Amino acid sequence: MWKWEYVEKIMPKLLEAIPVAVGAALAGFTLAVLLGLPIALARRSRNRWLSAPVAAAAEFVRSTPLLVQLFVLVFVLPQSFGIRLSPFWAGVLGLGIHYSTYLSEVYRSGIEAVPKGQWEAAIALNFGKWRTWRRIVLPQSVPPTLPVMGNYLITMFKETPTLSAITVVELLMTAKIAGSASFRYVEAFTLVGLIFLLLSYPSALLVRLLEQRMQRREGRVTSR
Amino acid sequence: MDGLHLELLPPLLKGFKTTLMLTALSIVAALVFAMLAGLARMSLRVWFRWPAAAYVEVFRGTSLLVQLFWIYFALPMLLDIQLSAMTAAVLALSLNYGAYGSEVVRSSIAAVPKGQTEAAIALNMTPSQRLRSIILPQAWRMMLPGFGNLQIELLKGTSLVYLITLADVTYQAMMLRTYDLSSTAAIFVWLLVLYFAAASVLTWLVRFAERRAAAGRS
Amino acid sequence: MNQNIAKYQNKQPIVRYRKITKAYGERTVLNELDLDIYPGEKLALIGPSGSGKTTIARLLMTLEKPSSGTIEVDGEMLWHMLAKGKLVQANEKHLQRVRGKIGMVFQHFNLFPHMTILRNVTEALVHVRKLDKDEAARRAESMLERVGLSEHVGHYPSQLSGGQKQRVAIARALVMEPKIMLFDEVTSALDPELVGEVLQVIKGIASQGDTAMILITHEMDFARDVADRVLFTDGGSIVEQGTPEEIFERPQSPRLQAFLSRFLKGEPNSRVAAGAEQ
Repeated sequence: MWKWEYVEKIMPKLLEAIPVAVGAALAGFTLAVLLGLPIALARRSRNRWLSAPVAAAAEFVRSTPLLVQLFVLVFVLPQSFGIRLSPFWAGVLGLGIHYSTYLSEVYRSGIEAVPKGQWEAAIALNFGKWRTWRRIVLPQSVPPTLPVMGNYLITMFKETPTLSAITVVELLMTAKIAGSASFRYVEAFTLVGLIFLLLSYPSALLVRLLEQRMQRREGRVTSR
Repeated sequence: MDGLHLELLPPLLKGFKTTLMLTALSIVAALVFAMLAGLARMSLRVWFRWPAAAYVEVFRGTSLLVQLFWIYFALPMLLDIQLSAMTAAVLALSLNYGAYGSEVVRSSIAAVPKGQTEAAIALNMTPSQRLRSIILPQAWRMMLPGFGNLQIELLKGTSLVYLITLADVTYQAMMLRTYDLSSTAAIFVWLLVLYFAAASVLTWLVRFAERRAAAGRS
Repeated sequence: MNQNIAKYQNKQPIVRYRKITKAYGERTVLNELDLDIYPGEKLALIGPSGSGKTTIARLLMTLEKPSSGTIEVDGEMLWHMLAKGKLVQANEKHLQRVRGKIGMVFQHFNLFPHMTILRNVTEALVHVRKLDKDEAARRAESMLERVGLSEHVGHYPSQLSGGQKQRVAIARALVMEPKIMLFDEVTSALDPELVGEVLQVIKGIASQGDTAMILITHEMDFARDVADRVLFTDGGSIVEQGTPEEIFERPQSPRLQAFLSRFLKGEPNSRVAAGAEQ
């Protein structure tokens, strides 16, 4: 049923796969953070020719499965556009684009939470659009959204097994390979589950701690 | 008409039926798990609270695909049973999204003003009467947006069953590719469109439910 | 209309509102308003809420756009500009240029919460006026001393009382050396005991400077003290205007008389009556 010697055998391989999963999650998250803001700004634009297509595209990406999007990157890109990506980077690109649509919503709520009076004070002091964004609005909009962003990073980490479908050798793929070699799946998949739990649960607690600390800081930074 | 590749639709729609059935079954089961776990976590009895909390944290803290693989490959070995891919898929999807849903249930019930419970107690209602007639109807309305988001995530999650060779729409798409590799782009476009259509219908359903739930309020 | 305001009238107006109309859909807030404001003049705007006085200020500060009409600031059109000899809608560049002559202090302070008091005051100096950091700090500190807040330069807005916050807001606007300063009900959001310190500061600015000021206020005593001219608005137009003495002692129009009677029930009630109106 459960063989501890087998656990000893496959554990090192599983541990080796952790950096791949974490790396993919971090890289994908970075991409999502960088893409999410321009998307949020474009959706807020008063120029309909910009906001409407971007909003439609973002909704489309958000409502369709990551798995299918990964397949598009790996199968359609080489065939129709001649672009060949390694599985890892196709995975990062897929994760980043998919989750940038979620993060753009987070950015949006942060921006809308900045009181109207801040915008008006910036106009009264003649700041100009770019400076108003850079020095007044964005610095106030981002910090409160950090806990939510942190949760999305954890979510993206838990999404990395999907990358096994495009042959990225992360945790699940490693477990599959190990399991199929000896036809023992119980230990392999249970261990993978445990690894995810042991990595994501404390992270989630850390994020909650961050959220509480931010709420205390709110008392200092709330504008009036 | 050739540009539209309509001939791809019939085989895709066959798989789409499976996707929709899987989605519907899983949503119902997830709702049940969400209600049970959400209520259990608010119970005064530790025997209800802790197992529910463990269920929620385990299923939220691990990956859906890992859960799917575990239920389909590891569980049968553990219990010496047979599980069809469909059963495993419904179990995995409903347990996973039920866990997330339980949080929606819990926070919505907690958001119902305390005065409502107190009024119900004053009217000498039993706890289950309070829950059924007063608390849940009011909490339900607050759960809808969260549930709306989760069911779209669930729909997207069904695509993973391709990896346990369940014949859903993604599976059919990949099969079609083997017959005609050159239609890859068209196949995936249709695939994405079908998912988007299903997501749009689900969103519309929730908005309809939200409007109905709001009837009679300010 | 009694125009006994000779003190400033020999100069050219620094602000001219001509046939200014502002409507929000069906609701007309200002109806073909004409108003001249003279350099260095202290103008008090009084009237019931919704009478359009805040809109008059917001149109000048470019926070709202007029539905029709023109505003001239220091000889230049504000909302319009000359392009190839024709008068067209002003672009952002033009607005930015003219806007620099106007400053505003808000009812709810609108200080930047993520910056220290000093940075609140220097930020625009450095990034809009393009002063170097040290010069900006020098001017900011001197202005903060003028409003009595030197010891708070390193603090954050959340650490200050309402009255202190408003004084910072005044310093922040004043340090930009505008030709016209707008004060939009700057004490209405303050606890009663904090109102005095802010009014003191404003009185000080009024007596020292040649900055024109528009003071939207419910503090009738204060208006009487500081203003050269008082305007009473109601229903989107200027119903009556004159010197403080004329307006407060000898109100002519029935609407002004009715408005003032709410304040006549003894001085302490004047703010309560104003508050009840909000």
